[in-house]
Amino acid sequence: MTSRALRVRAPRRRSRPWPETWVAVAFIAPAALVILLVVVVPLARAAWMSVFDISLVRPGDEPFVGLRNYLEQLTSGDFWGATGRALWFTVVSTALELSLGLGLALLMDQPLRFRWVLRTLVILPWALPTIVNALMWRWIDNAEYGALNALLTQLGLMDQYKVWLSDSDIAMWMVILADVWKMTPFVAILLLAALQSVDRELIEVAKVDGASSFRAFRHILAPLIAPVILIVLVLRTMEAFKVFDIIWIMTGGGPANATQTIAIYAYQTAYQGYDFGRGAALGYLIALIIMVLAAIYLRLLGRTGKT
Amino acid sequence: MRELLKMRRAGGALLVGALVAGLVLTGCSSTASPAPAASQAPITLHALFMKQAAYSDADVKAMTDAFTAANPNITVVPEYVAYEALHDKIVTAQIGGSGFYDVVLMDTPWPAEFVKAGLVTDITDKIPADFKTGVFDSAWTAASYQGKYYGVPWINDTKFFFFNKKMLTDAGITAAPKTWDDVVTAAKAIKAKGLVQYPLVGSWKQAEAVICDWTQLAAVFGGSDFFDAQGNANFDEGGGLGALKFMKQLLDDGLMNPASLGFGEDDVNNTMAAGQAAMALNWTYGYSVMNDPAKSKVAGQIDVVASPGEGSVATSGVNGGMSLAITATSKNPDAALKYALWLASQKSQEMDTANAFPMWKASFESADVTKANPAFFAAAKVQFAGLVARPVVPYYTKLSNALQVAIQTALQGKATPEQALADVAAKLPDLQK
Amino acid sequence: MAASSRAAYRPGPSVRLRRLLRAAFLYGGMLIALVVILAPFAWLLISSVAAPVDLLGRPLQWIPAHVGFGRFLDLTVGSSPDDTALGFRAALVNSSVIASTVTAIAMVVGTLAAYAFARLRFPGRSWLILAFMATYMLPPIALILPLFQIMNALGLRDTPLALIIIYSSFVTPYVIWIMRGYIETISPELDDAARVDGCSRLGALVRVIVPVAMPGLVSTALLSFLLAWDEFLYALIITQSNASKTLPIAINDFIGRHGVDFGLLATGGVIAALPPVIIAFVFQRYIVAGLTAGSVKG
Repeated sequence: MTSRALRVRAPRRRSRPWPETWVAVAFIAPAALVILLVVVVPLARAAWMSVFDISLVRPGDEPFVGLRNYLEQLTSGDFWGATGRALWFTVVSTALELSLGLGLALLMDQPLRFRWVLRTLVILPWALPTIVNALMWRWIDNAEYGALNALLTQLGLMDQYKVWLSDSDIAMWMVILADVWKMTPFVAILLLAALQSVDRELIEVAKVDGASSFRAFRHILAPLIAPVILIVLVLRTMEAFKVFDIIWIMTGGGPANATQTIAIYAYQTAYQGYDFGRGAALGYLIALIIMVLAAIYLRLLGRTGKT
Repeated sequence: MRELLKMRRAGGALLVGALVAGLVLTGCSSTASPAPAASQAPITLHALFMKQAAYSDADVKAMTDAFTAANPNITVVPEYVAYEALHDKIVTAQIGGSGFYDVVLMDTPWPAEFVKAGLVTDITDKIPADFKTGVFDSAWTAASYQGKYYGVPWINDTKFFFFNKKMLTDAGITAAPKTWDDVVTAAKAIKAKGLVQYPLVGSWKQAEAVICDWTQLAAVFGGSDFFDAQGNANFDEGGGLGALKFMKQLLDDGLMNPASLGFGEDDVNNTMAAGQAAMALNWTYGYSVMNDPAKSKVAGQIDVVASPGEGSVATSGVNGGMSLAITATSKNPDAALKYALWLASQKSQEMDTANAFPMWKASFESADVTKANPAFFAAAKVQFAGLVARPVVPYYTKLSNALQVAIQTALQGKATPEQALADVAAKLPDLQK
Repeated sequence: MAASSRAAYRPGPSVRLRRLLRAAFLYGGMLIALVVILAPFAWLLISSVAAPVDLLGRPLQWIPAHVGFGRFLDLTVGSSPDDTALGFRAALVNSSVIASTVTAIAMVVGTLAAYAFARLRFPGRSWLILAFMATYMLPPIALILPLFQIMNALGLRDTPLALIIIYSSFVTPYVIWIMRGYIETISPELDDAARVDGCSRLGALVRVIVPVAMPGLVSTALLSFLLAWDEFLYALIITQSNASKTLPIAINDFIGRHGVDFGLLATGGVIAALPPVIIAFVFQRYIVAGLTAGSVKG
């Protein structure tokens, strides 16, 4: 806004400047090309595929079925089961990551000696590639030779080895554990930055006035870092709902579909059931759910004053 | 003796020389076409195998090297994946008409599906007659669909019963178990003596592996015909149900290692080899792993017999055969077929009988071949005579996946065997779409 | 840091005790955090050099009796009958090429667009940015089927180019998001000064903004590289052979092929983890700055 006031009409070497819109188009066009081409065309094609019954086991026989694929999924127990599992994974892992991440951030914010050690090493879990993380935890959770079993029995907390990843009740928790281990540092780093941008004087003043650390946190820090917490919430929710990689490597969706989230379900439908029509419809439904979640969050963000 | 060897070597050299000469001559004589070197143009074949059970990658390399030595214009690029990845790899590689592989390993239940999807070619007319008569019938299941052949049979395998002789003797069992009741008795005795915590181990993870075990058990617990004559589901009653109940009972009684629910065939071998189990079912290749002094703590203690029976059924074996299919997208189908036939030839198969039995009837009659392990060969002959097949339907993958989930659910105690199997039966119309 | 005006004040015993407990609590917490952060990966490292007999022993020995680096050699310079090592090395190369190329493309294209979004006013601006962000949020599963068919039809199946194209489509919005945040923190007066001197918008961008935002650019480039390096699902569908296989896919195959060779699996994991981990440690400040710029400021 101030730029207009400052601008001086000096003699220009170039011809008349382009209208702002044209410049914008020129600047954005390459990105639009790169992004939209790869997205719009396949999206359109997926929409087309989703209204036919395409099964690779019957090439050439692809009748038009309208919205049948969608309705079938929306009324299928398997679909809602997978969606429910994705939501469960999302809620639990995000909640754990936020709370543990906040704790870790507060810890790293304290004036402790050797704090630099923690701050330097904390990025390690996040830096590990997702696949390596999954592989590592799969090895740790191994039923016969895993470190987790060994540790718990040697500490006396368990007297028999457990089949962590082959037990329908426990498997999802192990996957959540692996995800939380990897992503908590990410959350902690973001929250630490937010904490550090808060004016320390406010805390000092509150403490001089007799507030305990806890009250200082609750009434001063928390509201100030709330926007960041919200953003982290959005980011993690989006990522967690479409989770595929870590589950695929650790359990493949099993045992007995206990870790079959919606993305795994869609993949299995398309590539193991050869149901490209249904698979395309599923893809759209998943995208729709994520868009809805995103829209909800954006409104929340808008209300806190951030865009 | 040395003279004899020299003579044999000379004879061998002569044979090879004649072979090469013959090849060169035939290659030269194909001048009928205007492009004389057409058959000598360099060809690259891509072949997809599994790295698990049966022939090891070292075995395949040996066979392939012999092939390329005899066919210098052909290069073979083999690829190995885990069995569990094999099916999906074939499908994703071959659909869309752009196919990558020339030869793929095809498992027994897949021909229906692959033929319907147009992934493999009909080679009924191209297979030599001696193949059709010389190979065990059971080996052809993996290569045929509706009377036509789409692959060259290559692996003929079934699950045998391996047991630790020493552990059984220490528990007072002197005779090899003949029925599953015997197995339970032996297991209880071993557990009572404290020789090992879980006497039994199985490849019961949520994968095709558990379907194999389940089918083999079903055959003795009431029959492994999973569909009746009208095409209705049968597996939720009779043999299928009986087998699943038996499997659950073994877990409940603490005789079967609960970790089996996450185990594949390699894990079973490892557990037996580490002396942490006394008895297990596994494919032929288990024998060499369990008795390998370099890898096994119990080398020399492992014996093998035909799979136990029950009631009036003496033994059972699931057909674990696999064939080499020629893909529909192969640009060199003739060369591919040549390679497949080479791998399947009696000569190739007799190179290493430790990991897989030859599928040639003649091999079993040859003392030279069977002397490697006469008892094992004898057991194999008995079992190969009556292998049971898993359902050969185009929707097998979907069916198998549903059954795997049901079996896991039942074995974990989350549903009764009756309920779990009935659920799959109810889903059948959906699966068949 | 803390106000030291209390120097003359001597705390009583109960306050001292509370401070001691607090310190114990905090330092204890730090210790626990460090252990939890390091232990799993440390175990992976140990597993990669431990002999099989140590790995499969019961009870488990935490410090292996026999240590050997043979597996690392096997995977990096050795060869095996089934060419596992070859595939691994090919995947390393592919991942590096693809991640670098995608980063280059996304940085150029994305920064241009980010500048436009940050500085220019034009109709449909907020809708367009929403659309771009939406594509970043799209789950790959929605697009893989048609993308697979399109790549097949174009003959790009199993090529690094296919992955470069696909990855650019979601790394670019990521770059836009972060760089827009960065550019918005740079005073527009800088641009205007340049334009007053006769620069075009593009000139202002290149000559003024880029140098000033260099740390931000470095951060974003690093984050983009890591993002592309980590991708799995698209690669799973598109890649077929060593021609285009990326490292995550090589690990996936690895698990399938050597499922029971835990030591080898651990070795593969360690090798695959080294590039991103090294990058993360060496450039940690940039990476943290980049992450926070996208979230805290943006």
